Amino acid sequence: MSAAPPSRTPGATPGSHAEVTLAANMRRARRVGFATIVIREFSRIMRIWGQTLVPPVITATLYFIIFGSLIGGRIGQMGGYTYLQYIAPGLIMMSVITNSYGNVVSSFFGAKFGRHIEELLVSPLPNWLIVLGYVAGGMLRGLLVGLIVTIIALFFTHLHVEHLFVVIAAVLLTSVVFALGGFVNAVFARNFDQITFVPTFILTPMTYLGGVFYSIQMLPEWAQAASKANPILYMVSAFRYGFLGQSDVDVGFSFAIMALSVAVLFTACVWLMNKGTGIRE
Amino acid sequence: MKALSLRQLCKTYNNGVQALKGIDLDVEEGDFFALLGPNGAGKSTAIGIVSSLVNKSSGTVTVFGHSIDTDLEAAKSCLGVVPQEINFNQFEKISTILLNQAGFYGIPRPVARERMEYWLNQLQLWEKRETISRSLSGGMKRRLMIARALIHEPQLLILDEPTAGVDIEVRRSMWEFLRRINEQGTTIILTTHYLEEAENLCRHIAIIDEGRIIENDRMSTVLRKLQTETFVLNLRGPLRRTLSLPGYRVTAPDETTLEVEVNKDQNLNEIFGALSAAGGEVVSMRNKANRLEELFMRLVEGRDVGSGQPTAPPAAQAGA
Repeated sequence: MSAAPPSRTPGATPGSHAEVTLAANMRRARRVGFATIVIREFSRIMRIWGQTLVPPVITATLYFIIFGSLIGGRIGQMGGYTYLQYIAPGLIMMSVITNSYGNVVSSFFGAKFGRHIEELLVSPLPNWLIVLGYVAGGMLRGLLVGLIVTIIALFFTHLHVEHLFVVIAAVLLTSVVFALGGFVNAVFARNFDQITFVPTFILTPMTYLGGVFYSIQMLPEWAQAASKANPILYMVSAFRYGFLGQSDVDVGFSFAIMALSVAVLFTACVWLMNKGTGIRE
Repeated sequence: MKALSLRQLCKTYNNGVQALKGIDLDVEEGDFFALLGPNGAGKSTAIGIVSSLVNKSSGTVTVFGHSIDTDLEAAKSCLGVVPQEINFNQFEKISTILLNQAGFYGIPRPVARERMEYWLNQLQLWEKRETISRSLSGGMKRRLMIARALIHEPQLLILDEPTAGVDIEVRRSMWEFLRRINEQGTTIILTTHYLEEAENLCRHIAIIDEGRIIENDRMSTVLRKLQTETFVLNLRGPLRRTLSLPGYRVTAPDETTLEVEVNKDQNLNEIFGALSAAGGEVVSMRNKANRLEELFMRLVEGRDVGSGQPTAPPAAQAGA
C-alpha cells in the first residue's frame, strides 16, 4: 500500500515538533480539500455548459438588442450616457447575481438530493470550508457569465470604466453575497420547487426593481424610499459607479451593505451547517 | 487502543422516536466487529452518529481517542464509511468520485492517483475507472463505495450492509477482501443481515435491539450460549420402523426428512443409533439455520427456531 494518509500522524503535545507538523498537515489538507470542491464545481459548470453558460448569454444578448438598440435609441441619454451604456453595468450585475445564486442552490441541493453531500459531511473538512468551497464555485460561475456578458456588451456599445477597483470589488462582493444566499436556500429546500421559488418570486423582482434599467431618481419619493430597502440597488449602483462615475446612492454605504451582508450570511451558513439543518437528522 | 468507544449514547429523533437508549460499546483496534440487530434497532443511527451524519442527543463518541465533540476533524480522518444506500454522484466517473474523495481528505492528486489504482485493482474495478458510475451493476456500486471509503486508508472502516443485494460470488470475494484488509491492520465494524457473514468474518459481536445492546461478547462465547441446535436429516427412504428417540424433539416435514432439536448436553450418536434401529439411512445432514441466526432470533424475538413445524408422521415418534 502507498504512504499513510495525514490521519495516521500520531498525536502531538502542545508546542512540540509533532504538533507543528500536525498543524501543517491540517493546513495542507484543508487547502487540498478546498481546491477539490472548487475544481469539482468548475467541472460541473463546464460539463453542463448548455444549462449554465448558454442561457444567460442568450438572455443578455436579447436585452442588449431590445432594450439597448431598439428601445434605447428612443429613450435618449441618461446621466450623459446612452441608455445602452447606462444599463450595461446593470445587466452584467444581473447575470452575476442570478448565476452566483443559481449555481450554489442547484449544486448543493443536487448533492443533498443525490445524497453525495455525505461525501463531504463524513470528511474531515470543517463546515466553514465546505461553505467557502461552494461559494467559490458560485462566484466562478457568476464571474464567468458576467465576463461573457461584458464581452457581448462590447459588441453593442463602448464601456467606459471610471473606477476599476470599484468595479472589481463590487462584482466580487455581490457574487459572494448571492452565492451565500443560494447556499441558505439550498440548505432549507426540501424539493426542486423550493429552489426555484426564491429566484423566481423574490430575486428576479428585486433585481428588476434594483435600478438595473433605470435611475431611482426617476421615481416618486415614496418609490425611491422603498427602493432603498432593496439591497440589490446598492450593488447595482456601486457597480455602475465604477463604470460611469455616477450612482443613485452613496458608494461607501453600498460597500458597507455588501460587507455586512457577506458577514451575516456567511455566519448563518456556517451556523446552519454546524446545526445540521436540512442535512443531518 | 480502542478504535471506537461509545458511552451512554442516546438519540431521540424530532418525531419522538428514541432510537438509542444509552449505548455503551467498545471496539478494540484491529478487531473485526459485527453489529447486528433487526430493522429499526438503532444500528444505522449509531453508525450515522459516529460518521457525523446524525446528531446525537447525548453521550460521547471517541474514534481512536479523538472525541467527535472536541476533535472532530481528527476523529473523521480515522474513519471510512460504506453506507447502506448508494451515496455517490451517479453522473460522475469512478475515477472522479475517488479522486474527489481523496481530495476531501487532503490527499494530493499524485498520491490519490496511486491509491486509486491500488484500490480499484484490489476491488476489480480498475478497467471501469472511466465509466459513469450510474451504469455500474449493483455489486460494482458496492465495491466502488468500499474503494471510496478506503482511499484515505482509514484506521477504522464501518460497513453498513455492504453485501446487500449482491450475488454469492461477489459476496464471497468481498469477504476475502475484507479479511485481507483486516489482517493488514484496518479495524472493521460490519452490520449485516447475512448472519453467516458475521459468523464467518467477525471476532466480536454486539446485538442491538430497540436502542439497547442486548449482547456484546466474543463471537465464540456468544455462540456457546446457544443451548440448542436444530439439524435437518435427509433419509434415503421412509423409516421402516417407528423411531424411538426419548428426550429429543423430532419433527418430520415429509417422509424422507427429519428435523431434530439437540440440546448442548445431548449428542448425535444417539440419534444415528435410533435411526439405524428404525431402519433409516441418513444420506445428508445440515444445520436448519445458521447458528448465529438461531441465537439472534432467540435473543431478539424470543422465537424458538426449532418449533412451529408440521407435526411428525406416525413413523416418527417424538420422545417424552
